[in-house]
Amino acid sequence: MDYKHSYLISIFWPHLKRNRMALFGGIIVLALFVVSMLAPLISPYDPSAINAFKVLSPPSWQHWFGTDELGRDVLSRVLFGSRVSLKVGFVAVGIAVSIGTVVGLVSGYFSGIVDATLMRLVDIMLCFPAFFLILAIITFLEPSIWYIMMVIGLTGWMGVARLVRAETLSIREMDYILAARCIGCSNTRIIFRHILPNAISPVLVSATLGIAGAILTESALSFLGIGVQPPTPSWGNILTSGKDYIEFAWWLSLFPGLSILFTVLAYNLLGEGIRDALDPRVKR
Amino acid sequence: MTTYLIKRIFILIPLMVGITLITFSVIHLAPGEPVEMQMAMNPKVGKEARERLTKFYGLDKPLHEQYFSWVANIAKLDLGRSFSSDNRPVVDKIKERLPVTISLNVIALILEFGLAIPIGILAATRRDTWLDKGITVFVFIGFAIPTFWLALLLMYFFGVRLGWLPISGLHTLGSDSWGTVHYLWDMAKHLIMPVMVASFGSLAGLSRYMRSAMLNVISQDYITTARAKGLSERVVIWKHALRNALLPLITLLGFSIPGLIGGSVIFETIFAIPGMGQLFYQGVMSRDYPVVMGILVIGAFLTLIGNLIADLCYALADPRIRHGEG
Repeated sequence: MDYKHSYLISIFWPHLKRNRMALFGGIIVLALFVVSMLAPLISPYDPSAINAFKVLSPPSWQHWFGTDELGRDVLSRVLFGSRVSLKVGFVAVGIAVSIGTVVGLVSGYFSGIVDATLMRLVDIMLCFPAFFLILAIITFLEPSIWYIMMVIGLTGWMGVARLVRAETLSIREMDYILAARCIGCSNTRIIFRHILPNAISPVLVSATLGIAGAILTESALSFLGIGVQPPTPSWGNILTSGKDYIEFAWWLSLFPGLSILFTVLAYNLLGEGIRDALDPRVKR
Repeated sequence: MTTYLIKRIFILIPLMVGITLITFSVIHLAPGEPVEMQMAMNPKVGKEARERLTKFYGLDKPLHEQYFSWVANIAKLDLGRSFSSDNRPVVDKIKERLPVTISLNVIALILEFGLAIPIGILAATRRDTWLDKGITVFVFIGFAIPTFWLALLLMYFFGVRLGWLPISGLHTLGSDSWGTVHYLWDMAKHLIMPVMVASFGSLAGLSRYMRSAMLNVISQDYITTARAKGLSERVVIWKHALRNALLPLITLLGFSIPGLIGGSVIFETIFAIPGMGQLFYQGVMSRDYPVVMGILVIGAFLTLIGNLIADLCYALADPRIRHGEG
């Protein structure tokens, strides 16, 4: 563990630090954390406070991002919306990574029939257009943020499974695994103590990129009215009213859309940065 | 090649079985019996429809029998009848929508590849110049931009602000009576924004991929040889390097199919295009459960076929697979 720690400090971090784009992404990601934590404190208005005198008013000093069709402050709604995106991103990816890692480890370690079966399952899951599958499952459930996170996670683990399997296949042949087996380690111990820590780094990249994907999917679902239900603000469902009032209120579409764009961009940049930092072929 | 083809088609069988199994589990995973649920969620469904449903899904029979009869129905292309008021067979509904979605996606694909290949080559051959950096920025924005938001922006600028392009549907009302040229021009104008939206997201990914594939090829020995022979840079890039750089792109074509089909839900809904994506969305919103299940199966089969075609193209293009043991 000590070795890993020193690796992180001595090679990984300096490299990431030198990559300005990744650093920029990381800063936005951190800023988003802070914003969503402090949303109730920094929002100028209550995100669900209706004001009949200020319906669809354009951006001004009182309302930086304007107001929506019910006179609610768009800036406050966008700030609160960041909580939804963050929650969905992390929980959905957490589910996807957990399933994918276990499937990949088991598949790569045991090979043979177990491997063949699991990998066919991956192939089959990849045949379904992910968005179709998500919509179909959501059809049978009451719309709620928890179901959305679960469903996005359950339909997004296949890439991680393939990655971890490939890593496991090569690690399995290492001498230290043979040594572990010789001293009588159980399969479970070998998989989780010896293989997992060494197979996990590429997962870090796909998890970071996966958060971006999950945020995009959630916003699309909410936009279509199947995701987070109003009055809870999410970037996607603010854009739904943006679409309805597109002829009169551009600010309803512009600001939540830019929020999604920058958030996703930030996670993508960070993910790419981590990938480069982990890749020994990239010159340092 | 023939053995490869046979092998490849043989693999399809377990995958198809798997697709039906998963779709079937999605039906039965839902809390309660599907018929009960349908009743609860859609009060419009009458008693008669309920009996027909029970019969169609054979809900009084054991689970494995239900599965087999359902699969047998699919094999006969019988996907049940829609719950909507027209009550038509789902297969008919899909049949009239499918051509719209497929032709839109094919146009989008052609546009994507037509643009991504030159963009990728440009970025690779002018590596680390301002042009390359500009393209990289464009690529990252392309990755991050939500398609439905892009659609909104386009609608606002070209539809509302400038009034150049129509914002919904495939035709202007009454365009049937116009001359052919005028009719086609009208349809083309309706298609511009949806096609742009459909291709933009994948365009970014594809050109990024093309760039790295090209960089990979350029660093190989035979390219150095070609340069050493004194061939012009244009011949080296476009004749020697391009052919090998294109190979991985074929596989990507296969991978991009589910994304395109899935993405059609979004842009067809926004632009009110009567395709399969819109049918699916309407099915989801009205809990029209035979329609949703039918499209889910058909969509997965389409992906499977698309992947098969991509693999065959790859085999045709790459002599190492064509002549190898495959």
